[in-house]
Amino acid sequence: MTSATSDEVKVGSTRRRMGRLTAYWLALPGGLWLAIFFVIPMIYLLSLSLMTGNFIDGFTQTFHVSTYWHTISLYHDQFIRSIIYALIVTALTITLAYPMAYWIAMRGGKHKSTYLLIILLPFFVSFVIRTLQWQFILADNGFVLGTLKDLHLVGSDFHLLATPVAVICGLTYNYLPFMVLPLYVSIERLDPRLMEAANDLYASKLQALLRIVFPLTIPGIFAGVIMTFVPVASDFVNAQLLGGAKTTMIGNVIYTLYLTNNDYAAASALSFTLMGALLIGIFIYARALGTKDVMEAAAL
Amino acid sequence: MTTTEAPRATSPVARRKPKRKWTYYILPVYTWAVLLFLCLPIFVMILFGFNDTKGRYNITFQGFTLKWYKELFAIDGLTNALINSLTIAVIATVVSVAVGGALGMALGRYRFRGKGPLSLVVFAQIATPELVLGTSLLSLFLSLNIPRGYTTILLAHIMFCIPFVAVTVQARVAGLDGSLKEAAMDLGATPVVAFRKITLPMIMPGLLAGALLSFALSIDDFVTTSFNAGQTVTFPLWVYGASRLGIPAQVNVMGTLIFLFGLILAGYSILAGRRKKD
Repeated sequence: MTSATSDEVKVGSTRRRMGRLTAYWLALPGGLWLAIFFVIPMIYLLSLSLMTGNFIDGFTQTFHVSTYWHTISLYHDQFIRSIIYALIVTALTITLAYPMAYWIAMRGGKHKSTYLLIILLPFFVSFVIRTLQWQFILADNGFVLGTLKDLHLVGSDFHLLATPVAVICGLTYNYLPFMVLPLYVSIERLDPRLMEAANDLYASKLQALLRIVFPLTIPGIFAGVIMTFVPVASDFVNAQLLGGAKTTMIGNVIYTLYLTNNDYAAASALSFTLMGALLIGIFIYARALGTKDVMEAAAL
Repeated sequence: MTTTEAPRATSPVARRKPKRKWTYYILPVYTWAVLLFLCLPIFVMILFGFNDTKGRYNITFQGFTLKWYKELFAIDGLTNALINSLTIAVIATVVSVAVGGALGMALGRYRFRGKGPLSLVVFAQIATPELVLGTSLLSLFLSLNIPRGYTTILLAHIMFCIPFVAVTVQARVAGLDGSLKEAAMDLGATPVVAFRKITLPMIMPGLLAGALLSFALSIDDFVTTSFNAGQTVTFPLWVYGASRLGIPAQVNVMGTLIFLFGLILAGYSILAGRRKKD
């Protein structure tokens, strides 16, 4: 299109204008749907959190910020617990996932897609059912603890369910694939010649790993951390099915406040706080990591 | 990776496979162990679908039976829940593929005013925890006094599927050569014909991937649904509700069947992709 005659230019420009109109028509339904059912609800969430009232008398808009202080002071334990669990689970999933993603990407050969399919297999089973199977596996007299107890390796009153260990185990299990996949993608992209070059320049394998592979896969680590930390911090299914009274997470509190206590103002205040905390966390984390374009890194 | 030198005397063809140090096997063994960990609950689920339990509790394995497969639809509530989940997943998939696919095309191919904020919204939606998606929708429905039920579940499911379809289609479109469509139109094809003959076949893999993803997300969704379901019960909601009383073996059977269905679909799409490459 470098040597365009005036006729071609005209065709091009009308087509471009038509193209822009087409773009609007294409984007309109999806954009509207997201606006009505995602953006506007956020505003309602904020608005509801600033209301006062109760389920029987109804809620009225009073712009009381006190609900926030009140709920946070009531439930800060669960808040902190959620963040701690999410940190532990994220660390565990990186540790579990990195060597595996590395091996599949580097040595998977022609079976790479088979390994990836196996990693995705749990997604073909409902999230709730998967978690329930862990309840069953870790049960006091299930086949793991039952066998250990028969062998007298653990005491007969030893239990895993209703402990933080069970909840963290369930969370790690459920969110591990979200860590493996972005790590795999970023390791797979590495140029193998870089490792050869490192080897030629007398780097040991560990040095090559720490100074070549690791820094170059930071975008993958970033994406994986966001994809695990955010959902883990707001999960309530694992704490409900595997945990007990002392493992309640903020998600459980929000669930109960909304659906059992009908305390909508407090529940939406907590939801909004959680959302804000996670956003700020992601932002600080992105800055600390020096990732210039957060969206690009997360979208990989 | 060779740790021992191959004997020089032998010809390169007959050279023995070099012996490997035991450390070479750490990573593969480790990987398979983690893969096994990922699949353990699936094995347990399938196994206990064949368990000949007495009574409601499905806890210890008491013998092999196929009776749960015969009595698959014996629990009315569970059957209804499964039907709800399946119909919602099908409708949500069709709508979100159409709407999200168009959105992905727009984002991937065109430049237009508002593109930046729109892609930000798409990204923000994917990054938002499901709990907040669910509670914010519930706030909308509560504030406007909209009764919650089948329709609200459907609206929510389409909402969280659209961005995933849009992103997959966008990635597909961005890698395509736009000049093919230009050429078709230069040769006199109407926009509709050009779309059907050129664009659609090219974005088909993206649409299919988006459809699979939407179906999987919808049929499996618990968190968003639980906030917006009202009295309507879907399969994951029923299982969650029943978990306090003990899960009937039919749940394992249904889980197994859904699992096999997904496995066949995924296997088919991998094979189809491989055939196309050859």
